[in-house]
Amino acid sequence: MTAVPPSPLAAKARRVAALIRKEGWQIVRDPSSFAIGVVLPLMLILLFGYAMSLDVKHVPIAVVLEDPSAQGREIAASFQLSSYFNTRVTRSMAEAQEEMLSGEIDGIVRVPADFARRVAQGDGQVQLIVNGIDGNTARIVEAYAAAAVAQSGARLDAEGQDDSASGGQATVESQLWFNSANDSRYFLVPGLIVLIITLIGAFMTSMVVAREWERGTFEALFVTPVRTDEILLGKTVPYFLLGLGGMLLSMAAAKFMFHVPIRGSLTALMGVSMLYLLVSVATGLLISSSLKSQFLSSQVTLLVTFMPALMLSGFIYDLRSVPLAIRLISYLVPARYYVILLQTLFLAGDVWSVIWPNALILAVVAVVLLALTRRATRKSLG
Amino acid sequence: MSVGSGVPVIEGRKLAKSFRGPGKQLVQALDDVSFAVMPGTLTALVGPDGAGKTTLIRLMAGLMIADAGELTVLGFDVKGDPQAIQDRIGYMPQRFGLYEDLSVQENLDLYADMHGVSAQDRRARYPMLMEMTALGPFTRRLAGKLSGGMKQKLGLACTLVRAPDLLLLDEPTVGVDPLSRRELWDIVSRLVREEGVPVLLSTAYLDEAARCEHVMVLHQGKLLSQGPPSAVSGLADGRVFDVQSDGGEPARELQARLLDEPDVLDASPEAGRVRIVRREGAPEDPGAGSAGLRFSPVPARFEDGFMVLLQPNAGQAGPAKDDAADMKLEHPPAADAGQPVIEVDKVVKRFGDFVAVDQISFQIRRGEIFGLLGPNGAGKTTTFRMLCGLLRPTSGGLKIAGADLKRSPASARQKIGYVAQKFSLYAQLSVAENLDFFASAYGLYGARRRQRIDWAMAQFQLGPIANQLGGQLPGGYKQRLATAAALLHEPDILFLDEATSGADPLARREFWRRITALAQQGVTVIVTTHFMVEAEYCDRIAILDSGRVLAQGSPAEIRARGATASNAQPTMEDAFIAVIEAARAPSPNERAA
Repeated sequence: MTAVPPSPLAAKARRVAALIRKEGWQIVRDPSSFAIGVVLPLMLILLFGYAMSLDVKHVPIAVVLEDPSAQGREIAASFQLSSYFNTRVTRSMAEAQEEMLSGEIDGIVRVPADFARRVAQGDGQVQLIVNGIDGNTARIVEAYAAAAVAQSGARLDAEGQDDSASGGQATVESQLWFNSANDSRYFLVPGLIVLIITLIGAFMTSMVVAREWERGTFEALFVTPVRTDEILLGKTVPYFLLGLGGMLLSMAAAKFMFHVPIRGSLTALMGVSMLYLLVSVATGLLISSSLKSQFLSSQVTLLVTFMPALMLSGFIYDLRSVPLAIRLISYLVPARYYVILLQTLFLAGDVWSVIWPNALILAVVAVVLLALTRRATRKSLG
Repeated sequence: MSVGSGVPVIEGRKLAKSFRGPGKQLVQALDDVSFAVMPGTLTALVGPDGAGKTTLIRLMAGLMIADAGELTVLGFDVKGDPQAIQDRIGYMPQRFGLYEDLSVQENLDLYADMHGVSAQDRRARYPMLMEMTALGPFTRRLAGKLSGGMKQKLGLACTLVRAPDLLLLDEPTVGVDPLSRRELWDIVSRLVREEGVPVLLSTAYLDEAARCEHVMVLHQGKLLSQGPPSAVSGLADGRVFDVQSDGGEPARELQARLLDEPDVLDASPEAGRVRIVRREGAPEDPGAGSAGLRFSPVPARFEDGFMVLLQPNAGQAGPAKDDAADMKLEHPPAADAGQPVIEVDKVVKRFGDFVAVDQISFQIRRGEIFGLLGPNGAGKTTTFRMLCGLLRPTSGGLKIAGADLKRSPASARQKIGYVAQKFSLYAQLSVAENLDFFASAYGLYGARRRQRIDWAMAQFQLGPIANQLGGQLPGGYKQRLATAAALLHEPDILFLDEATSGADPLARREFWRRITALAQQGVTVIVTTHFMVEAEYCDRIAILDSGRVLAQGSPAEIRARGATASNAQPTMEDAFIAVIEAARAPSPNERAA
């Protein structure tokens, strides 16, 4: 047919290009790939970035001012001035308790009738009642309240209205320290990048290979000159690129929406991210090639990639505080190494002694997974 | 082109292949199969569902490796170098994996790229493929939006982006309407004739096998015969007769009666008469003892020989045919035969702007077998769904057994039994459990339920297989179970939606024997089918296309519409194609979709 047959390598390249192009069309036309590849990452960014922030702000509380003295009013004012609270001042404890029960407020600060007198005796006490249903929020409110009380004490000191400077307020330093972790986004956003790359890389790939098996498209494709490695390449490249897009999107969100500092070099950040992306794509391919069912492989992928990336990577739970057995399991989760790399590169800088070993682990995992996938994919129907 | 000479393009020696079934039991898909396919020939691989056709073709395509035996394709050993074969052949699997979210052109381009077809060759090849498949006007349409027949043609075009050294087609015409089937055949025969490409195709249509130069008959993994089709039809030589009743007995009833005769191996209604194949060693005179019947000998066809070939194995395929004839209803529908039970009056169904069913009207009388025929996308399924109360008509009147479907679909549905195209029972449940479940679904309980299940078990001879899983039953039994389930609640009306698609000829014969028995007892039956020969069992037929009824009448009346100067005795298929083509003539491309 052809006058000059193209060289085997050129023919190979042409087949891979055709497969990549085909995959691209499918991604563009299939609403579900668009949903997983673009909509879901955006939703995750917004969800984790805004709604799931671990900071607490504008907590509704009531200050029961039973002591209308200057000292008492100073306490009330320090709550009213704080952006952490929406404060309402009342004189009736009963009223405040009722509001607490009906859920209108999350805490009561009671300034007792003898507050000014006892402050003068060096024994001033404020009662704090916090809604403990959400333990996390409760602890944070408690800490902020203590800080607010301490601040008012400090102001009173400065104004010289209190000669017994050793006021009975709660320990101040530790609360202030907690307060400085103000932006939990600093560690949430890097974690988010892990989730998004895992999702696009592994989850999407796990569906697209199985889809070919389910729809019978592989059977016809197999009986052509196409080789297995070309089919795999045709699957890896498009989703790697798509994952790259999601990765850049979340990095841009980190930098410009949440103002997370990037203290390491951009090159190192991109390099390790691509390594992790390759690990994710290879995981998805391996699961998909082995299970050949979209439903099954999406479930398995969720279980072995997304959930560990969420729970066992050190993204949400500090791995130093989990039981030993779980900590040992976490060493099997590639996301763990990537989280360390991201937290280092975002918040600390180019700490090469951390970067090299972790990057090397990711590279080895990627190569092993790709090799396994190559073995699992054969042009055969059993 | 030299037929039957030279080195074989495919040669198999003592091939065997087995699989683990769902219950871990070993299923022998191929057993000691040896054959040779010669260059330049059109070879058919025929056999019922589950005969091993797909397995054998997949072995040839290098997609599977045989457990034992040797297989060479185009001179290459399949086991040693499957890629060498895959580089050279064209292969169309049964369910061709078109990329449905890619357009016709993109699908073609993908396969052209896979085969390394140069731009220059494409310029020569594409117009030819487009002309061959008549897909030219639809190159930008997504493959998923094509009709069944067009998908098959696109699949074929994808395998032909370059001239293959060998073409393997796995049931290219299954589930395809007679029109598209004829078009596909034109393409294939042109390939063999003009390009000399050897083609091997599998098919369940025996008339297709008769058109090939070489036929291999596969049954339960064994090769029963190979050679020219005449070798098979020759088996029935001198045993085939055309039987006509002087008393005007309807062909269907005569067929049922003749099929029960001990001397008769097979009987089928055809053109108002009955065609029979007599058993070997039957008395010389076929007419002895049958008064009022005229027997005239006719030349044997491939199908006749095929039935002779398969009959020794009939014991495994199903029960003796008399059992099917003994089918008795407990409470036959009230005996007001001749009254219309289904009245369809100017029914219209629109989906948005699209008119799926356009002002159709027909009446079906009690105890009638009514055939709804039409090409893919004609509106048959929509009509069926409206009749079952699953879809509401946009306008028009629809009455089932006196009940207005628009007002009381639930009570109308109680009177309906439905056998779907695909096996729609639970594969994980046993036969008994399936019946039990469907009895509850129909609201049967207590003694009545027990009684109905016992009836179904007895009438359909399901007792011996009561504990087998639905999914593991052979095709014929699945169909029997589905029919039994549809009859549990004693419906007056039975809907059969391509119920025999892909079934083997023996199972189909038995199935129709039961349906005939049911109709005789007053059950009204509505069928759709792509097997035009099955239309001969109907009392009346309506041919649908583009949502309109094009023709309506008895099989004889419809057949008469296919008569031409050159074809005085048209088959039902000829008539069907003539009716559709006459209606489409003004703007063939517009309606082709």
